[in-house]
Amino acid sequence: MSTPIKTSAKFRIGGRHYQMRLWTNRVMLFGSGAMAFLAIVPLVWIVVFVAQEGGRFLSPEFFTELPTPVGIPGGGVLNAIVGTAIVVGIASMIAIPIGIIAAFYAADHPNTPLGVAVRFGTDVLSGVPSIVMGMFAYAIIVLPQKHFSALSGGIALAIIMTPIILRTTEEMLKLVPRNLREGSLALGASEWKTTVQVMLPAAINGVVTGIMLGIARVAGEAAPMIFTAFGNPNWNTDLEQPIATLPHMIYVYAISPYKDWHDKAWTTALVLMVLVLGLNVLARVFTAWQLKKMGWH
Amino acid sequence: MLTEQGTVPNNTLQRVRSFQRALDDNVHANDTHTTGIKIQVKQLNFYYGAHRALEAINLDVYANRITALIGPSGCGKSTLLRALNRMNDLVPKTRAEGEILLDDENIIAPNVDVVEIRRRVGMVFQRPNPFPKSIYDNVVYGPRLLGVNKRSDLDQIVEKSLRSAALWDEVKNKLHESGLALSGGQQQRLCIARTIAVEPEVILMDEPASALDPISTYKIEELMQELRKEFTIVIVTHNMQQAARASDYTAFMSWQISAALSFDANKAAQNAELNSGKARAGRIIEFGVTKEIFTNPKEKETEDYITGRFG
Repeated sequence: MSTPIKTSAKFRIGGRHYQMRLWTNRVMLFGSGAMAFLAIVPLVWIVVFVAQEGGRFLSPEFFTELPTPVGIPGGGVLNAIVGTAIVVGIASMIAIPIGIIAAFYAADHPNTPLGVAVRFGTDVLSGVPSIVMGMFAYAIIVLPQKHFSALSGGIALAIIMTPIILRTTEEMLKLVPRNLREGSLALGASEWKTTVQVMLPAAINGVVTGIMLGIARVAGEAAPMIFTAFGNPNWNTDLEQPIATLPHMIYVYAISPYKDWHDKAWTTALVLMVLVLGLNVLARVFTAWQLKKMGWH
Repeated sequence: MLTEQGTVPNNTLQRVRSFQRALDDNVHANDTHTTGIKIQVKQLNFYYGAHRALEAINLDVYANRITALIGPSGCGKSTLLRALNRMNDLVPKTRAEGEILLDDENIIAPNVDVVEIRRRVGMVFQRPNPFPKSIYDNVVYGPRLLGVNKRSDLDQIVEKSLRSAALWDEVKNKLHESGLALSGGQQQRLCIARTIAVEPEVILMDEPASALDPISTYKIEELMQELRKEFTIVIVTHNMQQAARASDYTAFMSWQISAALSFDANKAAQNAELNSGKARAGRIIEFGVTKEIFTNPKEKETEDYITGRFG
């Protein structure tokens, strides 16, 4: 027969030990809550600050007009908005297919020499500073061609973007239950059909997230643009010519000695921020809709 | 007979009686009509790397019959099952020796089209694995791979397959909703429908009901008796009552060290051998008509397993 365990008074509810535990819990909870709050302060601060500084000069013309020379009021950054879209578009067209298809290989063949090399290589590549990518693109494209171009900018950004997409997609594919793949193969599907028709849809959320992370990252890159797209105060859509981009525009405006260009730098920053955030929200809505359609919660 | 062997412990008696009841529920237990051999496994050895997982497997799978593979965990039941449609190819560094004849064609020969084998030998998995697609798209996935694209043909296949899987009445009004929205038992029947949509000759089932509740399990077993008319079925199960209730033939497998070491004698030496891992190869200890295996096993090891003295 078992006897009830005797507890001393200090362990009972309201006892000394109980009080200690209660307060330790309260202190820790408050501490971790405070740190969590601290973590989001920079985000809120930046958004509010940029919105305040940039919002003062925001006007419809800012989106529809070309830049004006120093001292002339008005003007916009239409060329840089279009330029960013073109350069990021080139980068996406290169990086998305390469990143996703390579990710399938790496996820399916994790232990082959090539699979290991891909994982190691992309890890190293994503740690390389973006300015180095710019110099690289400068050396292999701009120098031989003897002129800056939108194309070289796109390629520099593609090199930055590929590892981000590749690693995110690979991690997401690994999370797809293995028995889905087996289920498809057991029906007599080839590896390729299985990948495209079962694995990719099942991992679509993660794949889109990876693409968005990649785009958000490169859309804000100014350093490689200095060596490649170079910037252009005029309207240009020719891929072989220098082109304006939003981050590079912010850089040029911000380091200038003129007050009105400083103001424009803030406004351009606001435009860039809203564009990237907007794209992210769109992607979330798209994937949420996809997931709902598949019944994948 | 098992129950007549002198004094038996009470729990053993209960266990044996539960198999007797299961056999009473088996509608085909006394069916002596013989059929042709659909799959013949001959002297199959199977390796994971250097480790021999299956040893000298000989097994006849009869057409339009249900063959159950039973045995303790780790004895290679699933490995053997997956060898029958080359699913083991997905595991790196595996190797098979011997022959597996599917209608006289050796399917482990190197020049065989694996995709074609898997179409002829379908598989239902332990955990229901519907694709994250609609019920309709799940069923037509296989037929579409085979080039069936006409809407009316696909509609027909969907209805026929879902009816065969005893799921049609439950889902006919929501064919375009996600397969993942169904209950576990319905998902498993959807997976069966998906498998029979490509009209395979053999269906392999890897513990198809182990993740399901008793009612869903019962439905799957009932369904198997229907499918038996058209398909040859091989099922791996840990549930011995299920084997007794639903199968025509049973193969008892075990990992065996050597014939010299019996499972009663010299436990210490046996454990030392087992722990060294050098001889844990799965073998078929006994194969026969289910009723015979459960009521009148010829091998002592089978008897020990069935009466619960081992495993």
